[in-house]
Amino acid sequence: MPKYKTEPLKCWQKAKEIRANYYRDYAQAKEKGGLRWCGGAWSFGAIPAGLGDDVYPLTGEPYAASIAWDKEFSTQCLEAVERKGFARDLCSYMRNYWGSILLNRYVFGGPFPKPDFVWQDHICCSHAKWYQVASELEGGIPMFCIDVACGPYSEINQNKLDYVVGQMHDGIEWLEKITQRKYDDEKLIAAVKDECRSTSLWAEVCLLNKAIPAPLDEKSMFSLYVLGTLMKHSPVVADFYAEMRDEVKDRVARGIAAVPDERCRLMSDTQPPWGFLKVFRYLEEFGALSIGSLYTFGLIGMWEDQPDGSWGPKKTPQEKGMEIKDRDTALRVLAEWNLAKPEWQHFYSPRHKSEMMIRIAKEWKVNGIMLHYNRGCEGLTLGIAENRLDLVKAGFPVMTFEGNMGDEREFDVEMVSSRIDAFLENLNLKKL
Amino acid sequence: MEGGKILSQTKVLTGLETRQAVEAAFEEALRTAGVSKNNVGRIVVTGVGKQEFPFEHVEVSEVKADARGVIFLFPAARTVIDVGAEEGRGIKCSAEGKVVDFTLNEKCAAGTGSFTEAMARALEVPVEKLGGLSRQSTQAIPMNAQCAVFAESEVVSLLHAKTAKPDIARAVHEAIASRISSMVRKIGVEKEVLLIGGLAKNAGFVDALKTDLGLEVFVPQEPEFVGALGAALIAEGES
Repeated sequence: MPKYKTEPLKCWQKAKEIRANYYRDYAQAKEKGGLRWCGGAWSFGAIPAGLGDDVYPLTGEPYAASIAWDKEFSTQCLEAVERKGFARDLCSYMRNYWGSILLNRYVFGGPFPKPDFVWQDHICCSHAKWYQVASELEGGIPMFCIDVACGPYSEINQNKLDYVVGQMHDGIEWLEKITQRKYDDEKLIAAVKDECRSTSLWAEVCLLNKAIPAPLDEKSMFSLYVLGTLMKHSPVVADFYAEMRDEVKDRVARGIAAVPDERCRLMSDTQPPWGFLKVFRYLEEFGALSIGSLYTFGLIGMWEDQPDGSWGPKKTPQEKGMEIKDRDTALRVLAEWNLAKPEWQHFYSPRHKSEMMIRIAKEWKVNGIMLHYNRGCEGLTLGIAENRLDLVKAGFPVMTFEGNMGDEREFDVEMVSSRIDAFLENLNLKKL
Repeated sequence: MEGGKILSQTKVLTGLETRQAVEAAFEEALRTAGVSKNNVGRIVVTGVGKQEFPFEHVEVSEVKADARGVIFLFPAARTVIDVGAEEGRGIKCSAEGKVVDFTLNEKCAAGTGSFTEAMARALEVPVEKLGGLSRQSTQAIPMNAQCAVFAESEVVSLLHAKTAKPDIARAVHEAIASRISSMVRKIGVEKEVLLIGGLAKNAGFVDALKTDLGLEVFVPQEPEFVGALGAALIAEGES
């Protein structure tokens, strides 16, 4: 007899449709005279929204993760990139993406849709080169890149903010020049507000996973947080997260569990091995689940200290009663909002990441932690061995497993399952 | 095992037919103990291929079995290093034989027993003589290759350069010891340190590991049976 009641998420189908529409709209943009742009999921996507309602992005990381899930196509992409002479230890998202261009195949069918421009920011070494190479592979696509190396948010000051905002202003002038479109500041302001709304709402959703039993499991959350990586500035995503938040609140009120036999709560880290998400389902055979991670919570979600000292959703400018009436204010809000992103902080020091991870582990009442030593992403794996030591020092059981978010050749599911067996056995769990 | 006393133990080369090897080992152990299958109360299985055991049983991880077995033999042990043909493990255990933390090397052949097998072939010596050979070494030479595959090429080059085989054998053991020590340091090394698994029978490796860790390393009499002993103890404890 299961310990808790469970039921599927009602909003699941809608999430799938939003994602499918996004990739379809990008591919078909030119048919309606629209614009296509590509760039990282961390780029300031609200800014190109000021060019019109028919501007469609393709953010690189979720697209590459979609490729990675299709192991056969992914291997073809990776091998195409290696034949071109690129090293195998480069960012695996980047390699999957380049492979898609080289093979001229869109993972959702048809040829790879060529973007009109690249809109990017330098969040890590790979991102700095990713789109330079992508532009070259496509025969030269106009590219604008914003440098965001301002240090951790705790050390932000006016000069640093001005540095980023100045580039954003330059970027808008550049966008007008290359698209020959008049920029609409009202659309920018709306996009900024929706971005703040969607990212704050995602944090609210994650917060609800403090409940026991957890209403959501991380594998399901991967499919839902991804909408924020596609177009967090879109009202479609913001409205969806509001609807999802209400549904998850209801699940908590009724004690609906993601895993009906929940008896062990885990936390993961970094991108999962996209081709082998079944390892998260494997946990459920023990009555264990991953309730989330700094990655799932903090890559899209925006957080701040709450009055009671806990971690909670960041209040949006709208909620604080702040008015955004002009371009400069919108850009400043956008810059500061993004620079405060939790997942951004640990690029500067593993100490920042350890602090956040320990906080999540304590507040979400986690029994153990699984760290993915992800060879595919130098940025998010930076300092992970130090994080492990800090977590162990904080008293949490930790297991590590080696893998690659986007290169299935570097993941051994049998060995990882064996490690999970030993780890959960140490937590006094046997298979149900 | 009965009442904490080992009735019999047996070892069979697995080869490619794991299930047949498992059945053969089980039958032999029963025969040696003079026990029929019907009189066996509880079976706990550990190790690679544990799923192949054909009769009703409980599976435990190698890590758990190792810790229990070691504490039974050596109650003062707190760090267990298990190096077999395919995998190396480092285990931190409590006085009760519970696993406090563990680390595994299952990706790098240069930290496993199969590395010594490959090197023994390259040196054209039986693998069981490799340890003794390295103890005849008169000088340390560095092994530059990080990978077992490249190390084999390096050994061939050293042989062509007329490097003494004992010195090469010593370099091989020092390379494995370095990898194993590095792995175990991830969980912290606490005295007393016990070395088990097949490679524990290699005196050259034991010497190299002691030097690298800077600690005494104890080796039980039959190091390759400790995991099985631990599983038997768990079976006794849970029956």
